[in-house]
Amino acid sequence: MQSEKQTNSLSKFLSSLKQFIEWIDPILVPLLAILTSMIVGGIIIKSVGGDPILAYKGLLEGSFGSAELGPVKSQRAISETAVWATPYIFAGLAVALAFKGGLFNIGAEGQLALGAVFSSLIGYALPGWLGVDLPTIIHLPLAILGGLVMGGIWAGIVGALKAYTGGHEVINTIMMNYIALNSTSFLLNGVMKDPSPTNVIARTPLVAESARFAPIFEGLRVHWGFVLALFTAVFIWWLLNKTTLGFEVRTVGANPDAAHYAGVNVKRTIFLTMFISGALAGMAGAIEVTGLNYRHELGFSQGYGFDAIAIALLGKSHPIGVVLASILFAAMRNGATRMQFLTQMPVDLISMIQAFILLFVAADAIVRFIFRIKSKGERVVLTRGWGG
Amino acid sequence: MTDTPAIILEAKGITKKFPGVLANDNVDFDLHKGEIHALLGENGAGKSTLMNVLYGLYKPESGTVTVDGNPMTLNSSRDAIKHGIGMVHQHFMLIPVFTVTENIMLGAETDHRAAPNEMPLVRLDRAEVAQKVRDLSHQYGLEVDPEAVVGDLPVGVQQRVEIVKALYRKANILILDEPTAVLTPQEADDLFRIMHELTAKGVSIVFITHKLKEVLKVADRITVMRAGQVVGSANPKESNEQKLASMMVGREVILTVQKKPAEPKEDVLVVNDLRVKDVRGLEAVRGVSFTVRAGEVLGLAGVQGNGQTELAEALSGLRASESGHFSISGNDLTGKPPRQFTKAGLANIPEDRQRHGLVLGYTIADNMALCDYYHMPFSNGIVIQQKQVDSNARKLIEDYDVRTPSPYIAAGKLSGGNQQKVIVARELSRPVKLVLASQPTRGLDVGSIEYIHKQIIAMRDRGVAVLLVSAELDEILSLSDRIAVMYRGEIVATVDRKDASREQLGLLMAGVHEPA
Ligand SMILES: Nc1ncnc2c1ncn2[C@@H]1O[C@H](COP(=O)(O)OP(=O)(O)OP(=O)(O)O)[C@@H](O)[C@H]1O
Ligand SMILES: [Mg+2]
Repeated sequence: MQSEKQTNSLSKFLSSLKQFIEWIDPILVPLLAILTSMIVGGIIIKSVGGDPILAYKGLLEGSFGSAELGPVKSQRAISETAVWATPYIFAGLAVALAFKGGLFNIGAEGQLALGAVFSSLIGYALPGWLGVDLPTIIHLPLAILGGLVMGGIWAGIVGALKAYTGGHEVINTIMMNYIALNSTSFLLNGVMKDPSPTNVIARTPLVAESARFAPIFEGLRVHWGFVLALFTAVFIWWLLNKTTLGFEVRTVGANPDAAHYAGVNVKRTIFLTMFISGALAGMAGAIEVTGLNYRHELGFSQGYGFDAIAIALLGKSHPIGVVLASILFAAMRNGATRMQFLTQMPVDLISMIQAFILLFVAADAIVRFIFRIKSKGERVVLTRGWGG
Repeated sequence: MTDTPAIILEAKGITKKFPGVLANDNVDFDLHKGEIHALLGENGAGKSTLMNVLYGLYKPESGTVTVDGNPMTLNSSRDAIKHGIGMVHQHFMLIPVFTVTENIMLGAETDHRAAPNEMPLVRLDRAEVAQKVRDLSHQYGLEVDPEAVVGDLPVGVQQRVEIVKALYRKANILILDEPTAVLTPQEADDLFRIMHELTAKGVSIVFITHKLKEVLKVADRITVMRAGQVVGSANPKESNEQKLASMMVGREVILTVQKKPAEPKEDVLVVNDLRVKDVRGLEAVRGVSFTVRAGEVLGLAGVQGNGQTELAEALSGLRASESGHFSISGNDLTGKPPRQFTKAGLANIPEDRQRHGLVLGYTIADNMALCDYYHMPFSNGIVIQQKQVDSNARKLIEDYDVRTPSPYIAAGKLSGGNQQKVIVARELSRPVKLVLASQPTRGLDVGSIEYIHKQIIAMRDRGVAVLLVSAELDEILSLSDRIAVMYRGEIVATVDRKDASREQLGLLMAGVHEPA
């Protein structure tokens, strides 16, 4: 009697556990991938004689602060994490949106750089060309728009090549990356170089005050661009899921033949998807210029465009997922310094952990195997014919 | 045959649940050695689910399976293969650029270990496998060329490759899930011959189909499922189509279409000397001209592969035409994109439903708005009105009896027949002038066929023009008012339904011209 009751409550517990797992399923693999990578990272730290607990404590303190660190340093830690997260969110959204449309935008890095270059140009040169001082309300949006359009055009070219000639977007975005990055170097060393007599660096002049975001809090670097990034994420979610354009993008991504059948202009949609994707990457560059650096400098390219691919994968191409993944990556980058300070572990360790995360997310079968999670759905489609 | 035939496979009390669906409800099923056991049932009755359980692809909530008296673990298809179970799915899982031999080797590469504790070295010995394939095809009368590239083979032969693949893995229990749905009548007859050879050699076969004639012709025993349960069994010698149909659906089914004489009016679809190329760049449609009038059904008959597919794709904007013209209600649509066809009043039930007709990952609701998402009431041009999309879906699910727990299930999770219903519901519920229906009832159960036939005739009676492309001569004969026969890319004859006979159409389809 007693044992029957026990098995009963056990099976109840198991079924509620099952329900919970089903509910959490979409984010289960990313979460477990992060966990697994942290464990692997910990083992590596241990094996080279470090203290994993201390290292991760440093990582956490460095990115989100702690009581031990005190309010001033903690605030700064959080602010810096947000600063890092800002370009990640934009660039991550760029790659994620392209994924939704069935396209692989590897060129976010180049689109971002060109966006930054053009945003700076409008930021420092436009008042001079027009011969008037512009109010912020006009100048700042123009500077952002410049980066956005430039990134959009750059990726749009690849989209048009894909749509009208069949040229593969992966090859072409890589090629366009080279062109963009080298042109940036050429411009920053040449016509756009900061002419001030003491300057020896490849960088643009500072943008006008009227083309700058205000900081949100006095004394902290976090700027309104971060808030704009969050709004953009919501906007992209809305665009993808609630509008006819988003419906077209997703349909082309899911089944281009059915999209064609349904009357969607597939070619135009491919072009538009790439354009919007590039515009988001361009915006990442523009926001860095107008919100943080107030200029573009060659050394500022931090590989955001490449990290963005990992972020989009980890965020499962969902805008909210992208925001969370961006914050995670930002925290890891930002907290790495404190980790190094506490444990003398090199910052490169963070890149390793990030690479593991990416590996486990991409090869989701590994995680499913380690944690014995059944993948659902896919197999069914494979094994059932149209009539079966 | 002895009085008590040996049971080779026995499933007891199989229960399989999906979210919101009890797909198998305490099902018992057994298979005798050397028999052909037909499994019948409505769309969504749970036939494929049961077979997938036997094949180890789905883990049931409860139930046991024994093969030859040995209990079988139901963890993966590896277990099933080990127990000698082979399955041929509707969509063949072959790699088109590989040869027959390579496809058969795939996943079953010969293991050349001298001793069991040696490293498992896998060597690809094509010649050896090719020889085995030859032996097998000789033994069972399954003609396949081991060197042929699979992509070049017709569907019927590809299916044979799947069967050889199963036999190569030493299957003595063969599950065939709707194998005849994509076959021409000749190919189907070939398959039946092969099935009989196999059973004569001791292989046992489970055969799923919706075609009652075939069941009566080839089955030794019939089991009928409805709503996840076994509702009965029948002996093909003592049964008939009508009885089977009512047993499946649970009510009387009218197998013949009842309709008034057509009252054709103005021309709707006018096709003029149209030429279309197929995927290989060969001319598949060679100068075809015909008209379909409002209020009539024109049936396009022909053995598959004589240009009907390409013609239908051209007439719906999915494939470019080489020369010639066609118009719908006076709008010249030659070279126009599909959206223009929709606007001109075309309803298109495409032949390949998973490729063109549906986005499998989308919900039923979204699929039901797939062609109309861009205008009222589903959107204001920018924002999609999800409420309208959902209420439309609820209504169509109700009207067309789509078996699903909710409109928010992904279309890919529906049973094959219910996927087709989603498309038919979407296309026929629009205000249209022309219905282009390619194989509209492929894979549907008798009850659904009855319903869709009624809908097509109702469209006709409302003054819609209907062009019906079907490989089923029965369907052509029962729905059409006029019949055009296609042979090698040309329309060789157009006859009035009342003057048409099955024999005459058969000859025309085979390319035999009668003297006038
Ligand atoms: N992977 C799945 N997820 C959710 N529901 C499913 C899944 N597979 C099947 N179902 C549901 O289970 C029921 C039985 O489906 P099944 O495919 O076995 O039907 P069937 O008898 O083969 O029908 P058909 O003749 O149309 O092929 C249906 O209601 C279907 O929607
Ligand atoms: Mg089925």
